[in-house]
Amino acid sequence: MTCEQLKKIAAEKADLINVRRIVREQAEKLAGNTGYRKQVLVCGGTGCTSSHSLEIIEQLEKSFKQLGIDDVLIVKTGCFGLCALGPIMIVYPEGVFYSQMTPEHAKTVAEKHLVKGGEIVKELLYAETVHADGSVIPFAEIPFYKHQLRIALRNCGVIAAEDINEAIAAGDYSALAKVLTEMTPDDVINEVLASGLRGRGGAGFPTGRKWQFAKASKGDIKYVCCNADEGDPGAFMDRSVLEGDPHCVIEAMTIAGYAIGAHQGYIYVRAEYPIAVERLKIAIKQARKYGLLGKNILGSGFDFDLDLRLGAGAFVCGEETALMASIEGKRGEPRPRPPFPAVKGLFEKPTILNNVETWANINPIIMKGSKWFSSIGTEKSKGTKVFAVGGKITNVGLVEVPMGTKLGTIINDIGGGIPGGKKFKAAQTGGPSGGCIPAKYIDIEMDFDNLVSIGSMMGSGGLIVMDEDTCMVDIAKFYLEFTADESCGKCTPCRIGTKRMLEILTKITEGKGTPEDLVKIKEIAQHMKSSSLCALGQSAPNPVLSTIEHFMNEYEAHVNDKKCPAGVCKSLLSYYIDPEKCKGCTLCSRKCPVGAITGTVKEAHVIDTSKCIKCGQCIENCKFGAISKK
Amino acid sequence: MSEITFEGTPEQAAALKSCIDKHRGKAGALMPVLHEAQNIYGYLPIEVQTVIAEGLNVSLAEVFGVATFYSQFSLSPKGKHNVSICLGTACYVKGSDKLLEAVESKLGIRCGECTPDRKFSIESCRCVGACGLAPVMIVDGEVYGKLTAKDVPGILEKYMKD
Repeated sequence: MTCEQLKKIAAEKADLINVRRIVREQAEKLAGNTGYRKQVLVCGGTGCTSSHSLEIIEQLEKSFKQLGIDDVLIVKTGCFGLCALGPIMIVYPEGVFYSQMTPEHAKTVAEKHLVKGGEIVKELLYAETVHADGSVIPFAEIPFYKHQLRIALRNCGVIAAEDINEAIAAGDYSALAKVLTEMTPDDVINEVLASGLRGRGGAGFPTGRKWQFAKASKGDIKYVCCNADEGDPGAFMDRSVLEGDPHCVIEAMTIAGYAIGAHQGYIYVRAEYPIAVERLKIAIKQARKYGLLGKNILGSGFDFDLDLRLGAGAFVCGEETALMASIEGKRGEPRPRPPFPAVKGLFEKPTILNNVETWANINPIIMKGSKWFSSIGTEKSKGTKVFAVGGKITNVGLVEVPMGTKLGTIINDIGGGIPGGKKFKAAQTGGPSGGCIPAKYIDIEMDFDNLVSIGSMMGSGGLIVMDEDTCMVDIAKFYLEFTADESCGKCTPCRIGTKRMLEILTKITEGKGTPEDLVKIKEIAQHMKSSSLCALGQSAPNPVLSTIEHFMNEYEAHVNDKKCPAGVCKSLLSYYIDPEKCKGCTLCSRKCPVGAITGTVKEAHVIDTSKCIKCGQCIENCKFGAISKK
Repeated sequence: MSEITFEGTPEQAAALKSCIDKHRGKAGALMPVLHEAQNIYGYLPIEVQTVIAEGLNVSLAEVFGVATFYSQFSLSPKGKHNVSICLGTACYVKGSDKLLEAVESKLGIRCGECTPDRKFSIESCRCVGACGLAPVMIVDGEVYGKLTAKDVPGILEKYMKD
């Protein structure tokens, strides 16, 4: 393929994509040029697929056949981001948002809306897009999307994820063409350096510097790697990029190959993401067929190819030296640095490794320039960050905002606040390596350095919201269980430190903790931070230290008063029936699996706490809210 | 460890051999071969590891070391129906630990075990990326989302029938 052919493909499909990008009135005019009266976009990401979005596509195809509709295009895209409302379906040029679809709903929409002269089925739209007066707004104007700036996710939920032509029309490979025809390797590196882009995988190391080091390393064989081993449980932005716009990663890796002088790349992806793996395989095959991977790319004489490597469920493989060991087919254990991978990495050759989201930023930096990119964000953190917002929040999903956006904006404006009228207690960022941000920091501007300053970290961008029902000691224990399990065991501080900390936390949650334990656990934490071999061990104490710092009162309640204020730690709870509220319906005593509840009909019941196993069956079944745990 | 003896078919042996032949001599071949071998046999018994070690000309100790390092590789067989509970953070704060308890009590086995009739096995996993549906349970690849402990018995009973 030549650059001209690439531009031709882009031009042919440009209007099709533009209908999905620009405001409604213009889109309606443009739609006429595309040959399709309407376009129906159905989310084919993991979240929506799990709630059977593929059945919706089948139903649409069936209905179209029956109704004789042949001028409406069905597009299976990647993730739209608002996963809580899946399966999601968007219809252009109107830009209307159907949420929580079923095949039955799809049939209705086809019959009433998608037929010629049809009208929007308002009752199936996401309620926030319908005003009280009955007017419908495009989904891009709802608070969830309005506050976002989508750079890395620019094409996710916009293009057909398995169609390279649509990817090209949306701009993929335009930066590669520019780099290969107009820029020297040094130009590329300088542009990335000037953009201020920092690695999105966790540590926030300047991407351009990494590339500079690798270019300076001598050697005729070098490698470019992509870290798609998204191990932070609760973070799923990398998966979304790979499922929604796999070509942007392939393009960026090829650009990096050109910049540092590498001809082979590896994408190391979690085996737990079967859809992402499949889409990557398809994308690589298509790119090879188009000559966008392989020999003499776009007639430039530059060769580059990619291979996939599947992870096998080891969190430590997110660490760069461990990941490379795993690609080499070994146990994924980290090794001491230096030598850094830019000097001696994969198969002992100079290697750069960047995270999926980092790669997704390369095309816009090349196309729109480093100046544009560095105008977004804060002084030391440029561009945007994708957060996977989950836990106790209304709009669970993926959110991309400029660096420096306030935590409160993400949780309340975009996230829609905490469901059930509960109180916001803390947000956990950075996964098992990060910390908990208490409610008092709701106005903190989220960037790399601010988060570190309050004892957490950006990490890969997982953001788990917790309400008053979450016990912070239990959460610290949860993360320690994770890191103790995932510690590779190579270095002593991490192997033994995680184990001992977990033992102490278990003791505390069982009500057997002593004040000395709190001193001891801090001491172990400090030793682990200063002497562990890799980031896993160095950061594993963070969830403990940050909860001790911000929620000491909860630790003290567990240790001194033997109480769990959030009502989570079973050993510290006892169940109790309020005689005022109990109507004596006998349901609880019939449901109790151990016969701990006694009482006669129409009289208040009593729980024998010595028999009670605290299973919670009685609370779940009581219709009068008479049973509580304290 | 399970007491179940290894029984492989000639078809499985042939598939494994062709997989090893395809990867022999390539850098970093062991991981892809283990993935494929597990697809063929469902798990990685020592007999299969021995064949891989000989085929790729690496020591059995190295194969065993890699196979036991990664949580996706299983040295013991799984049940006909594999129930997986996500214990990732998003699911955990929404109570997936209670789902796990419900599955354990319904099937009468603990996480990581297989029922004596080899019909069910339970495992926990760390995030399948369906956080919008939290908490989730996965049975044979089918994802069930937004569950409470009460939903669990009904779902499992569907699989008990066949």
